[in-house]
Amino acid sequence: MQLPRKNHVHAWLLLMPAAILLIAFTHYPTVTTVVKSLFSKGTAIRPSQFTGLDNYRMMIEDPVFWKVLGNNLWFALGTIPTSIALAIVMALFVNRALPGRSLVRMAYFTPTILPMIAVANIWLFFYTPDIGLIDQILTAVGISGRNWLGDPATVLPAIMVMTIWKEAGFFMIFYLAAMQNIPPELKEAARLEGAGRWTYFFRVMFPLLMPTTLFVFINAVLNSFKLVDHLFVLTKGGPDNASNLLLYYIFETAFSYFETHYAAALTVVLLVLLAAMALGQFFILDKRVHYR
Amino acid sequence: MLQKMQLMMMGLLLSVCLTAGTAAAKQTELTMYYPVAVGGPLTQVIDGMVDQFMAENPGITVNAIYAGNYNDARIKALAALKSGQPAQLSVLFSIDIYELIEQDAIVAFDDVVQTAEEKAWLNSFYPTLMENGKTAGKTWGIPFQRSTIVMYYNKDLFRKAGLDPEQPPADWDEMVAMGKKITTADRWGVMIPSTGYPYWMFGALAMQNGQVLMNGDGNTTYFDHPAVIEALQFWKDLGAKHGVMPSGTIEWGTLRQNFLEGKTAMMWHSTGNLTAVKDNADFDFGVAMLPASKRRGTPTGGGNFYIFKQTTPDERRAAMQLIKFMTSPENSARWSIKTGYMGVSPAAYDTAALKDYVAGFPYAAVARDQLSHATAELSTYQTGRIRKTLDDAIQATLTGAKTPEASLKEAQGVADRLLKPYR
Repeated sequence: MQLPRKNHVHAWLLLMPAAILLIAFTHYPTVTTVVKSLFSKGTAIRPSQFTGLDNYRMMIEDPVFWKVLGNNLWFALGTIPTSIALAIVMALFVNRALPGRSLVRMAYFTPTILPMIAVANIWLFFYTPDIGLIDQILTAVGISGRNWLGDPATVLPAIMVMTIWKEAGFFMIFYLAAMQNIPPELKEAARLEGAGRWTYFFRVMFPLLMPTTLFVFINAVLNSFKLVDHLFVLTKGGPDNASNLLLYYIFETAFSYFETHYAAALTVVLLVLLAAMALGQFFILDKRVHYR
Repeated sequence: MLQKMQLMMMGLLLSVCLTAGTAAAKQTELTMYYPVAVGGPLTQVIDGMVDQFMAENPGITVNAIYAGNYNDARIKALAALKSGQPAQLSVLFSIDIYELIEQDAIVAFDDVVQTAEEKAWLNSFYPTLMENGKTAGKTWGIPFQRSTIVMYYNKDLFRKAGLDPEQPPADWDEMVAMGKKITTADRWGVMIPSTGYPYWMFGALAMQNGQVLMNGDGNTTYFDHPAVIEALQFWKDLGAKHGVMPSGTIEWGTLRQNFLEGKTAMMWHSTGNLTAVKDNADFDFGVAMLPASKRRGTPTGGGNFYIFKQTTPDERRAAMQLIKFMTSPENSARWSIKTGYMGVSPAAYDTAALKDYVAGFPYAAVARDQLSHATAELSTYQTGRIRKTLDDAIQATLTGAKTPEASLKEAQGVADRLLKPYR
């Protein structure tokens, strides 16, 4: 069907505000980042010049890059499944009749409304050796504390625990909403058929929650690469890059080292990674999701 | 907010004056960014000083803009420069000098001063504080908010361990020996922070062991010098061998709290903490110079005034006037009393205000007395990456991942590669 010319103009006019914003703040910066990543660092003394893939070659030889990439994968693996599982458990818990239910719901949701910087400042004093909350509790029960953030073996797990604490409440809200949309007849029917609680959860409820799980999963993956605010407060990526993540390394490279062109190359890698994961999730997982 | 209103009113008045043709002198407008790296209401102190300057110099309008920490301030100043709405002067990290020169962003003060009196003014500051502001035979930065590292110690804990509270350790061996006497199951002898600014603390240890970390041209580092390796070995041994300091890294941000709660008897920290410790310690504390190995030593730290290149001659003159005002003995003394930063010239410590303050609180003068043992803070070309390389090497050693020798040789290799084009 051919649209009249007037409708075309109309359609484009309606699209324009969103298109202008997207192009100005998403597409144009993306393209310039890719272009910039092909040039060398420029200063007043030595102007920037086209160097092709040199920045990417430098990246392959950069041990810190591989370290932060590895850290980021562990960080994603450590935080995503746990926070999703915890969110489901918490949602199940507060979805029942429970004395003081709204209070519990609010308590679970509180970490989400706190800014990440504030959260990191709170947890900094949890983790502080000797005087921190965790060490004081451990000392009270007779276990000697440890230097949680100062030891490469514990620093990344410590940050993961904080992230899970922060994220799970947020994801819980989505699960709670989804659970309240499941018709109660299903539960009654299942019970009449003799299905136990576990069977009901795994065979009926969980499949019905899949669209939510997909949504939450995508968000969790993005967040595991996007959230680095806490590093500014907690560790600055240390000790010796043991807790450094890709986005924080990009920030350091661009604004501490002023190597904006190398930072652009790192950004391209982050973009490609995120795009690949988002596509994978939509095309592979989407087939297994049951939409009503 | 009030500040903005005032400025707008002044601007309005000014335009009225100009259109009426009654303005006697040409108005010069200056924009200045400044950072605050320690807590406290320092922005009010700066605003008060700037207001006084404008009252005394009606021909000059100053927009003083608080720009976050040192990193933020540098980013904002350089971004303003690139966007074509540059600041005329700023207070920035003293160690940013090479980056600013390489970006061709600043002018040397030698090219701005005119009279013999102004040339003499350039030499009126503590020479040690000028080290981070001078390179290639010229002066690029004028000291303003400057500090050194000092040792805070808990006299009550010294007494408890049977030590003389008026005799803080004078050298490394004494510090270890005293630390061993003090250390118990729930208390440490000494803590040196190793996050945030490890290279800064390490600059002190290396200098005490007889070796500075870099040359005056900012194009050579000495990370793998035997004395430097030995200094890092000592830092590691404090925790790993002598057991007077926790092993692993020690957090810069929470160290003061550790000290205030009596979890460590000694801490190495910036003089910028002096007022906070004074206000919050519920025990008898002392402040001492850092202990010596072969000699005493500490790097200086903090921010300098810079004048940017994209300025008219008039603006440069006005900026000079402002900087001279802000660093005058009286204002430097006022600044030092309110913040804990040092007075920047000997004349500042000769003012009545600072003399009285030091007489009532002698620890306010420790940082100044230590200046004769001080050197420049680590600052080179490519300074961000080189600093981080050294930080990583220090942390890798303290956490036991690498030996001091291996990590520092590796760091020196990286630094050599980065600095080669500047030699």
